[in-house]
Amino acid sequence: MRLGGGEWSLLLAIGGVLAAGARLAAEAPHTLTTPDLQLSLLALPGYTALSLGRMLAAYLLSLAFTLVYGYLAAYIPPARQILLPLLDVLQSVPILSFMPVVLLGLSALLPASLAAELAAIVLIFTSQVWNLTFAWYQSLTTIGQELREASTIFRFNRWLRLKWLELPSAAIPLIWNSMMSWAGGFFFLMAAERYSVGSRNFQLPGLGSFLQAAASAGDLPMLVVGIAALGLLVVVLDQLLWRPLLVWAERFKVEMVATAVPPTSWFYDWLQGSALWRRCGRWAGAGNERLDSWLGKYLAPLDPPDGAAPGCLPFLAGARVVIVALVAYGAFLAFQLLQAVTPEEWTAIGLALLATLLRVTAALGIALAWTIPVGVAIGTNPRLARWLQPVVQSLASLPATALFPALLLLFLGWPGGLNVAAVMLMLLGTQWYLLFNVIAGAAAIPQDLQQTAALLHLSRLARWRSLILPSLFPAIVTGSITASGGAWNASVVAEYTEFGGHHFAVLGIGATLAQATAAGNYALLLAATLALVATVVAINRLLWRRLYTLAAEKFRME
Amino acid sequence: MAQSPPLLELIAVAQRYSNRQRTFVAVENINFSLHEGEFVAILGPSGCGKSTLLRIVAGLQKPSEGRVLYRGHPLSGVNPYATIVFQTFALFPWFSVLENVALALKARGVPPTVRLARTMELLDRVGLDGFESAYPRELSGGMRQKVGFARAMALNPELLCLDEPFSALDVLSAETLRSELVELWTGGKIPTKAILLVTHHIEEAVFLADRIVVMDKGPGRIVADLSIPLSHPRVRHAPAFTALVDQVYSLLAGQTKAEPVELGSAPGEPGVTRGLPQVSIGHLTGLLEHLTRLSTPHADIYRLPEQLGVNSDAMLRLVEAAELLGFVTVQNGDVALTALGDTFAAAGILGRKGIFAVRICRLPLIRWLLTLLHASENHCLTWDVVHIALELEFPPGEAQHQLDTIVDWGRYAEVLAYDDSRALITLESEGLLHLPPAEKPS
Repeated sequence: MRLGGGEWSLLLAIGGVLAAGARLAAEAPHTLTTPDLQLSLLALPGYTALSLGRMLAAYLLSLAFTLVYGYLAAYIPPARQILLPLLDVLQSVPILSFMPVVLLGLSALLPASLAAELAAIVLIFTSQVWNLTFAWYQSLTTIGQELREASTIFRFNRWLRLKWLELPSAAIPLIWNSMMSWAGGFFFLMAAERYSVGSRNFQLPGLGSFLQAAASAGDLPMLVVGIAALGLLVVVLDQLLWRPLLVWAERFKVEMVATAVPPTSWFYDWLQGSALWRRCGRWAGAGNERLDSWLGKYLAPLDPPDGAAPGCLPFLAGARVVIVALVAYGAFLAFQLLQAVTPEEWTAIGLALLATLLRVTAALGIALAWTIPVGVAIGTNPRLARWLQPVVQSLASLPATALFPALLLLFLGWPGGLNVAAVMLMLLGTQWYLLFNVIAGAAAIPQDLQQTAALLHLSRLARWRSLILPSLFPAIVTGSITASGGAWNASVVAEYTEFGGHHFAVLGIGATLAQATAAGNYALLLAATLALVATVVAINRLLWRRLYTLAAEKFRME
Repeated sequence: MAQSPPLLELIAVAQRYSNRQRTFVAVENINFSLHEGEFVAILGPSGCGKSTLLRIVAGLQKPSEGRVLYRGHPLSGVNPYATIVFQTFALFPWFSVLENVALALKARGVPPTVRLARTMELLDRVGLDGFESAYPRELSGGMRQKVGFARAMALNPELLCLDEPFSALDVLSAETLRSELVELWTGGKIPTKAILLVTHHIEEAVFLADRIVVMDKGPGRIVADLSIPLSHPRVRHAPAFTALVDQVYSLLAGQTKAEPVELGSAPGEPGVTRGLPQVSIGHLTGLLEHLTRLSTPHADIYRLPEQLGVNSDAMLRLVEAAELLGFVTVQNGDVALTALGDTFAAAGILGRKGIFAVRICRLPLIRWLLTLLHASENHCLTWDVVHIALELEFPPGEAQHQLDTIVDWGRYAEVLAYDDSRALITLESEGLLHLPPAEKPS
């Protein structure tokens, strides 16, 4: 498996976009005036609300993008050939590489404060959107043949098909991925709200910038208060939004059997009992009815798919020409910009990639070393699971970046302290997903196999080798794919940081990216981004995808 | 029948699929009409394209050739007068029973009050009152299919298409539901003008339909059109009923022909490549042992499914396999053990394997693979290579099934081995013995 022509042209296209952004950035105003931050308790609620608003806006943008992108990829085969590999590449572009392009590009066009606000939203968006889009696409393509035929034969129009078939089929994966997306958004909130590009600094009033400001001012009490506020926000969202949604979404389970332990939510139960909520439900029902009949007047029932509609073929051919032209122009721009990168810089990028690779591997190794035994213990022991699962879940929901300054305080005194802290941050951001996968995998080991192992008097080692590890293999692979992707992405915030007025950096591709951005060296930024994307995509192809196929074929439990 | 114009007419309909190298015919030269008041069953082995035909009638699929007329008008898009009851129910798991039925009405813009009344009446009619608010996962298979029927009848369709609606149910539920369908239909309790049932279950077709259209595969085509002149309710053990069942079995089981005709040709050679029927060795031996225990030299094929507890489709495949291997002969719906079949059934484990190896190595498809393996390095080939070669002969899904069966039979006969982790098919020494001498390179 090598990178195909499609992937190479995508890399070129991304290079082109970044290069074009850098060109725009050169025309951006030189001073971005942004309001000062107040490091006070009174300002904190307002900042929290602003950050929440930004996250929400970015999330809504992600949802809209997801619905459209996934729909096009699922229903238009020629579009799918472009959109799917593009998504694969886009999700491995580090979020901070978008930063200068988005921020400075926008500030060339819009007033500074609005540009900064929009840029923050777009950046949070890039940390939330990709997994959602994959989940939606996957749900759309795995809807059963007969359900699709039923929706055609009963003459659903596009709206009804979306509402009755597609969204319900995707509800559970969309909710789980939304939770992951919000965690991802919180992880990069600090990076999105306060940033410097070249000589230009900008910061938005918000919880993320509050935390950063407190860290760089060395104001420990305010740092703790900020982290507490963030933690509280995460817990409140979990209790009032995600848990109730999960309970509500139980009805969208496609399996025709009831689950053993359905999720519970006190808030959902309380809502169900409230008269006001029920009245809202009735109004919504009436509105829903009116919407359906109004849309029914304009939308024709869908006919069965009949290959590619001939009407859109010339359009697609045109689109392809435009895309090829854009890719060519982008490649030209990127090539021009890349000529400024010296051979020494390329060597440095290679070394930095290697260093980050080592760090990612270390983080993954540590995560595997502790999550497998703990996950198996929790997964195979329902009593342990009952009180440990909530603890683990709340630990996992704390955004690791907020803890980073505290980690730094702890490790900076040590030899190689920043290295340890960087690995710790990668670990904090990615180990939970691995743990949840292992727990789920361990819980799914069939009882009869466990009993057989006990009857055969297998030693502990033999039991792990012949039963537990093979059964867990698919879960470990799935978890590791996400974990390593997350670790690469986290490298950008883990390897370069500002604390107490000082900059700290270690050798690594994340640090290279951050330093190039801070110095306004767009050529280096572009080179490092392309190198990172190519590396991550290559690792996915050469390692993870093979392991995934192996897991799906050989180690599947039927 | 001829006096009224047909409700539905298919004229020279064909459906082809093509992959990159070849075009496969799903059904071909289908001429058939359905009149008002008729209950017609389309019966055939799996893979004969009967479900394709149903989807063409419902307008879910556009045929590659030929015309579909509904009340004399060509059909374009989804047939507005037809609905389908699906094999696996196709209920929306997130909607209650009530909502599942009501959504068919809502999609056509029926206002809420009418919708509710109509839905309740439908649920009442199929005997589901009291279960309105239940979710499909709470119901048994039989009750789920009742929801499927209620939903299909919600719009008073003229044509009700049933796509093997009883095959996913347990025997008792299926039996109950069949009788209830007959009651609704003959009692005129539903405004449906005609019913088209697709099934591979022979007794079911004879029990329900006024007419049976018998299809065969390779390529899918109509081989017979029988009318069932029995009045409802029908009694399964009545002589007239069993005679009809016997007749359909003999149509579908065919007659044993001369060996070259039976075996067909190898892939790549001119002529039709005979696919292997998908049966497990255990079932095949079970059938042969059963036949040795019978007191008569001939057995009625139609009695075997009941005696052995398998469905008619599986039985026909077993008989086909036994016939292909020369263990039985088939004549007029009767099956008789050959001397070879008798020897096989009497032999021990190793003896059976030996006989089986000799017999399967006569099949052109297996001989082709053995020759191919012998000519290749280390006497082995990957699964994918053989699969791709077979896709030149069979439709994509069928190529997979064929290879599964070849490997299964070959492993039992010890003529070839298969290593799953490397997806490697290897020639065994036993297989080498059976290679045809002419093709053995010196």
